[in-house]
Amino acid sequence: MNGLVLIAALAAGDPAAGEAVYSRCMACHALEYNRTGPKHCGLFGRRAGSVPGFEYSGAMKRSKLVWNEKTLDRFLANPVKAVPGTSMTYAGVPDAKERAALIAYLKRESVSARCQER
Amino acid sequence: MSSFLSISDPNAARRLFLGRSTMLLSGAAVALLAGRHALAAKSKGTHADDARILNTALGAELEAVAAYQVGAESGLLEKPVLALAGQFQGHHKEHADLLASTIRKLGGNPVAPKSKYEFPVETLKNQADVLRFAATLEKGAVSAYLGAVPLFRSRDLAKAAASILGDEAMHWAVLRQALGENPVPSAFVS
Repeated sequence: MNGLVLIAALAAGDPAAGEAVYSRCMACHALEYNRTGPKHCGLFGRRAGSVPGFEYSGAMKRSKLVWNEKTLDRFLANPVKAVPGTSMTYAGVPDAKERAALIAYLKRESVSARCQER
Repeated sequence: MSSFLSISDPNAARRLFLGRSTMLLSGAAVALLAGRHALAAKSKGTHADDARILNTALGAELEAVAAYQVGAESGLLEKPVLALAGQFQGHHKEHADLLASTIRKLGGNPVAPKSKYEFPVETLKNQADVLRFAATLEKGAVSAYLGAVPLFRSRDLAKAAASILGDEAMHWAVLRQALGENPVPSAFVS
């Protein structure tokens, strides 16, 4: 994807552009299984801190967040500020367009065929 | 772009990648040790925050050690690549040891290795698949450390984390080179 196309895709919350942003998450996350961070399949509509078998921080379990575009946007902008005490000790994705693309990707993949298989 | 796999002499290929391995991590260790007195002067809350960052990094490092073990035991790696994987795994072990000891110094409890890790082993059919999987993890590790560095209260710990980041970035570049890809695709990492 060339630079201009990528910028346009990010602005529109394009999941294809979001996939590139998601590569930053892959030290700790995968779609289909828990790693250092919880799996992302089924993320949308899920209560934070609720994936079976994953050991969350107390802060995340107490957060009462339900993941959707709005809560993800706030959390991904600055995780440690949004949920103080979270184990996701990452400075976040400060660029709103990159966040929009990442969230669009997570939303698409959250219910994708590969997620349905798991 | 040529790959180091095209070097006909396995020993030469191995020497190429194994020759300069010891300086970076010892640099991180020195940074941590040098910062020990400064760390001791910080408040308990600061220690807890930094220990939590280090523990997340430790969890990822332990998983990386396990991932390289899967690659090494896959039977898919040629000899020089296997040696390379062993070296990179050794780096991750060094990172993990240093992170764990530092967490203890900060009064925290380092996370233990999981009894079982999940990896997409069904997708690893040949050497390139293994290298690509490792490259994905290393790229993610670069991003993870990049996102952690600004969060540290202790500048000594930020410096040590940046040193590990440099090591992960070199792993990523070498793996891309091994895959025949541009080893350094851009001027910045994100």
